[in-house]
Amino acid sequence: MGRQMTIEEIVGSVESGMTLGIGGWGSRRKPMALVRALCNSPVRDLTVVSYGGADVGLLCAAGKIRKLVAPFVTLDSVALEPHFRQARQNGSIEFEEYDEGMFMFGLYAAAHGLPFLPTPAGLGSDVLATNPRLKTVADPYGGEELIAVPALKMDVSFVHLQRADARGNALYLGGDPYFDDLYAKAADRSFVSCERLVDTADLLKEGPVQALLVSRAQVEGVVETPNGSHFTTGDDDRRDEAFQRHYVEAAGSPESWAAFRARFLDGDEAAYQAAVRAWREEQ
Amino acid sequence: MGEVLTATRAEVCAAACADMFRGDGEIVAAAVAGMTPALGARLARATFEPGLLTTDGGPYLTAEPVPLGAPAGDVEGWLPFREHLWLVLNGRRHVWLGPSQMDRFGNCNISHIGPSDRPKSQLLGSRGAPGNTRLNPTSFWVPRHSTRVFVDKVDYVSGVGNDRGAFQLRGVVTNLAVLDFRAPDGSLRLRSVHPGVTVDDVVAATGFALTVPDEVPETRLPTGEELRLMREVLDPKGIREREVRA
Repeated sequence: MGRQMTIEEIVGSVESGMTLGIGGWGSRRKPMALVRALCNSPVRDLTVVSYGGADVGLLCAAGKIRKLVAPFVTLDSVALEPHFRQARQNGSIEFEEYDEGMFMFGLYAAAHGLPFLPTPAGLGSDVLATNPRLKTVADPYGGEELIAVPALKMDVSFVHLQRADARGNALYLGGDPYFDDLYAKAADRSFVSCERLVDTADLLKEGPVQALLVSRAQVEGVVETPNGSHFTTGDDDRRDEAFQRHYVEAAGSPESWAAFRARFLDGDEAAYQAAVRAWREEQ
Repeated sequence: MGEVLTATRAEVCAAACADMFRGDGEIVAAAVAGMTPALGARLARATFEPGLLTTDGGPYLTAEPVPLGAPAGDVEGWLPFREHLWLVLNGRRHVWLGPSQMDRFGNCNISHIGPSDRPKSQLLGSRGAPGNTRLNPTSFWVPRHSTRVFVDKVDYVSGVGNDRGAFQLRGVVTNLAVLDFRAPDGSLRLRSVHPGVTVDDVVAATGFALTVPDEVPETRLPTGEELRLMREVLDPKGIREREVRA
């Protein structure tokens, strides 16, 4: 029942044109090691489903996204994501926009095998007017008009949690599960990266049973990637704000971005982590 | 009284934000649109709305109103994002939005400026604004009142206004004034101008015909107790002064 894989094996199972769901929220607990590796793969034309942050930014910068399905893209402490902005302003990606609450219902619908779930959120707004996948339905009991949010199904999903066992059971630390269980259930194949792999017998030494968010029944592969959500929030539920600022500044010109990419992103995950350590020592 | 007269613009704005919560009782103050509404929510809870539920800015409902940027301290509840999104539909929530554009009916845009297929400026995306405005009492915080924000027509309707089915738009606090939606047709009306600001200043900074009553009062000053709470308890580091200048 061991499901341990390498980053390269996981990313190698993603094909061009697929729909990829990415867990976390904004600049919080994103599976960045997997995203970084995907940026260096030959995959292209992805449809990405995400409460977007630096994951979407990096994939935009690498030219991997054809269509983004999202309610927002933000780095939280830096409100606007520079690569997402550039991609939109260049007209190089399509943006299927949702309200963040209706987006959750799309995830719930997909995770439960329902075609849609109804919500009043979005009525009257341009989210309904400009998103061709959104249609309205009448409440069969009262007649009220509601939006039928389509199931946000995915071919593959990536989530990052703090602890997992080799079977793929995964536990989160910190205060917020985000929606990672739904991503794991909504995708045909789901992959977990974790800060630290532990024995199954030790999972509950790490947190209460309620923190076991993702079950092996939904997981195809698991990989240990210490600091793998960097620079978004990770093992201690904190973000590397200084490095995030460095990332945003680097996006300011093609030259500085090329330098950033060469220094941090062109190698594998071990090279990235080593480059970040060296950068931090310079600060 | 000398203490009262030295209230800064940021403190006047925070007290005006606090006033938007009057009568709300035991609901969640989702003051996420900036430091000033967050301070206002905690100030309201510490004074005239003790039933309000406030957060640490993260998933914790705090047992007491905590200082801006401080850890939660004792916790009385858990409100991760999925519970926030449930609460939007449940309705026991008063939310603040920070619009990039707003028209006279309160339709607001936080998504992008320019055409939707290729915007001139991509902003956040609509986030929760469509559901918030449709289902919850909503207030707005605008730290720079200008004709770029208050426009005749928004480029994209993220949050719905009173002509598109808004639930209840409570009001708008800006660095210059307080506005509400009590013109006869539900559009924006000037309620008060902050000390040192004239009605003409506000009219000039607003890109549509604003309803201006014959008498426009001055926005109230924080009381001595409110100033003490802000300065000594809720924001001793003076974070409020970074967001708005006189």
